[in-house]
Amino acid sequence: MDAAKSGPGAAEKFVGRSVPRLEDLPLVTGRGRFAASIAFPHQLHMRVVRSNHAHGKIILIDASRALAAPGCVAVWTAADVTAIPPIEFRPTHIQGLEPYRQPVLARDFVRYVGEPVAVVFAEDSYQAEDAADLVVVEIEELPVLLSASQPPGEFEPGRDTEPAVIRKKYGDLDGAFRAAHAVVELDLSIGRHSGVPLETRGVVARYDTTRDVLELHGGTKRPHPNRDLLARMLGRSPASVHLYECHIGGGFGVRGEIYPEDVLVCAAALRLGRPVKWIEDRRENLMACNHSRQQRHRIRAAIDAEGRILGMDDEFFHDQGAYVRTHGARVPDMTAGMLPGPYRMPAFRVVGHFRLTNKTPAATYRGPGRYESTFVCERLLDAIAAKVGIDRVEVRRRNLIAKAEMPYTRPLDVLDTGMVLDSGDYAGMLDKVLARIGWNELQRQIKRRKAAGEAVGAGLAFFVEKSGLGPVDGVRVTVDATGTVEVLTGAASVGQGVETVIAQICADALGVDYRRVRVVHGRTDRIDFGFGAHAARVTVMTGSATHIAALKVRAKAIEIAASDFMEATADALDIVDGRIVRRNRTDGPSVTLAQIASALSPAAAIAKGREPGLSADGWFHTDHMTYPYGAHVAVVNVDRETGGVKVERYLAAYDVGVAVNPMLVEGQIVGSMVQGLGGALYEEFLYDESGTPLCVTFADYMQPTAHEVPHVDVLITEDAPSPLNPLGLKGAGESGITAVGAAIASAIDDAIGMPGAVTQLPVTPQRLREILNRAR
Amino acid sequence: MSDNKTDVILKVNGKEYAIRVEPRRTLADALRDQCGLTGTNSGCEHGVCGSCTVIVDGDPVRSCLMFAVQVQGRQIRTIEGLADGDKLHPLQRAFIEHHGLQCGFCTPGFLMLAASVLEREPDINDEDLVEVLSSNLCRCTGYQNIIKAVRAAAAEMRAR
Repeated sequence: MDAAKSGPGAAEKFVGRSVPRLEDLPLVTGRGRFAASIAFPHQLHMRVVRSNHAHGKIILIDASRALAAPGCVAVWTAADVTAIPPIEFRPTHIQGLEPYRQPVLARDFVRYVGEPVAVVFAEDSYQAEDAADLVVVEIEELPVLLSASQPPGEFEPGRDTEPAVIRKKYGDLDGAFRAAHAVVELDLSIGRHSGVPLETRGVVARYDTTRDVLELHGGTKRPHPNRDLLARMLGRSPASVHLYECHIGGGFGVRGEIYPEDVLVCAAALRLGRPVKWIEDRRENLMACNHSRQQRHRIRAAIDAEGRILGMDDEFFHDQGAYVRTHGARVPDMTAGMLPGPYRMPAFRVVGHFRLTNKTPAATYRGPGRYESTFVCERLLDAIAAKVGIDRVEVRRRNLIAKAEMPYTRPLDVLDTGMVLDSGDYAGMLDKVLARIGWNELQRQIKRRKAAGEAVGAGLAFFVEKSGLGPVDGVRVTVDATGTVEVLTGAASVGQGVETVIAQICADALGVDYRRVRVVHGRTDRIDFGFGAHAARVTVMTGSATHIAALKVRAKAIEIAASDFMEATADALDIVDGRIVRRNRTDGPSVTLAQIASALSPAAAIAKGREPGLSADGWFHTDHMTYPYGAHVAVVNVDRETGGVKVERYLAAYDVGVAVNPMLVEGQIVGSMVQGLGGALYEEFLYDESGTPLCVTFADYMQPTAHEVPHVDVLITEDAPSPLNPLGLKGAGESGITAVGAAIASAIDDAIGMPGAVTQLPVTPQRLREILNRAR
Repeated sequence: MSDNKTDVILKVNGKEYAIRVEPRRTLADALRDQCGLTGTNSGCEHGVCGSCTVIVDGDPVRSCLMFAVQVQGRQIRTIEGLADGDKLHPLQRAFIEHHGLQCGFCTPGFLMLAASVLEREPDINDEDLVEVLSSNLCRCTGYQNIIKAVRAAAAEMRAR
């Protein structure tokens, strides 16, 4: 064990280096296996018939013509799936959500445009689409509810459209407002947008009678919980349901949840006795895959004469859409818990109305709750600066939690865990950001350009993220007789580079090249336990478990090398590039990990009274999440005529604790920043007054292209490694998106010289022109 | 319904595929389902995202907006034909080196778009290059590394 503790000696290190990804070769050569590329013999194709009405009573569904169509095998409506319960949500302390779950096919009522009403199964995807067009659905329209800040309506007799109210508070709020020098109040809104991965959803299910196993192939963000959920819904044992992850065309929080379609393909594979494939089209994706974000906040802060916050009081309205999906009320819960951001706040109260509307159901999208809360909190800080007459930087300095106060316990909970800001040097981050962008020179430039008539301005936003959601993760590291290392994990990949990062961590702990490490994930048939990929947890939780397991394998290998091969004590040995060598004598005698693995083959090991296999399990447990942080600066140029906003410069700074692969961290930051920019300026799911979605193609749902995107300068700092895990890791997956809306809003305010002008995201040209016209 | 399928010969990456398809079958679907070339991905099926970009007679086209029957006899190149055997195309290497991909779904489309542009216009200036690359969508990378990778490959291809 001493050798393990002292760690590898002369071995090449991989953690901290921007090594190329292990994932890339098949993806650049057209050999990616995305869901649409998976095909089984005799498979059927499923097509969903969706509601064209936002709210109504189902009068009749006539499938007779569809059933007669060429290639059509079956048509199902709610009557055919009565044994399947509505889709559950994750365990949560928030009570009373059950009645609002979504049935896999609409029963009696439809509640949003896009809701599955029937499904058609046919021999070919074109035939399935033809037959689906022939299903007649007659609906009696009912009044629609499209705003969460309007009074709730009726969901069903005895139940209104407000399934829950999230309440969090601490401190003496009334006292804070009584003692206030001034009160700042804002009414802020965030638009409805979402992850919109470039690959639509897709799943293929098949039932194997020889093993009595139901297989589901496709996106599986949380393979094990999804397996358990599907097993429960279909009345099977979890051991007889297996999920297989393939290549995933982007996750962003929306993919891999259990949606009606996932359950339907499974049920059909069981009942129809043939594999069943469903590939969503883009129009469906934009109205049926989870939406996110839409909230309206009425917030006020009590401040003292220097702009210090004494208390914050927020009431917000979360537009959940038509049903409560798998996340339950997690997004408004996180919004509420993360609202105070990096600031000292003696008293706090938030009331979040979790309300249903006749729109696509909502759930998480990258940075859930924090994109929203950071926009709100940072708008408030800007407003406080304007009220007190101090600089936007200064108001933050006065309110940021100090390094000396870390770890900082806030009497709030997020995702059912108590909030302890584990580490951070927020003021130090602010200094670094201002220095990197050249803030003072930037202010001078802006002043000069404004004097010359340009509408140019800079915005700053600070944020605290959360990552590494516990409570536990486990992996098994095994070296086989060829010396190949396998890390078996219940984590999942959504295309972010999980295999590379986990291989780097394993390589360093064990003493091998990272290219010798195979990372097996997204397979419920290989490992019984797993939490998947979400909440920026994989690098932190799975990485830590990998580190622990690999150190155990290392110790085991060295112990056997010492006793059987090297005639040396364990502490004199090291592992370099897969060979156990004497420390500082790489040219001396050595034994390979492959040889040790062979020596531990069952027969050989048992003969010596040893546990067979060069393998170990590693478990990592944590009670608390780790909280990374960062700051963004945006410089924008506003076209006063068109209301268009050009982002000239952008700095995204982030403290990641320890960057396992800086190139990948930077990739996560830039990629998520651009998604955040979409939500700040372009992307929004709009509806007409009847509840018909207006953005069902990529021509209507505007994402940034290479043209709109500025060069993003990335500053990765490692000032505050997390004390909560052995490597000091913090998550990076959501690092670049959180503060974008806030920074862009602040920059636009500055550019047009109207503090507090931006109260709603996205700041589309129309909205900005309205603001400018109001001022004229 | 009677069989209203048509015989078509698709010439893809120098190889001929004799297929029989309905006239309404898109080139993207024919490549994937009839030719087994599943490297071409469909991201929107309405010609906006460019994931399905292939090269037809030297021009980048969106294979979701073309019918297979329209391409009879024309030279089609897909992602499967970009590398020279095991030797990667400079663009493929550059995408790996510069982390120009994350999930990889849009990557074949970007690679084929960039390949056709650099073949036609090896000295393309930066502004025009970004303009061309703005015709495809990527949801992971924020484009920065895609642009970097294409620039690097362009420089390498010019230097040859």
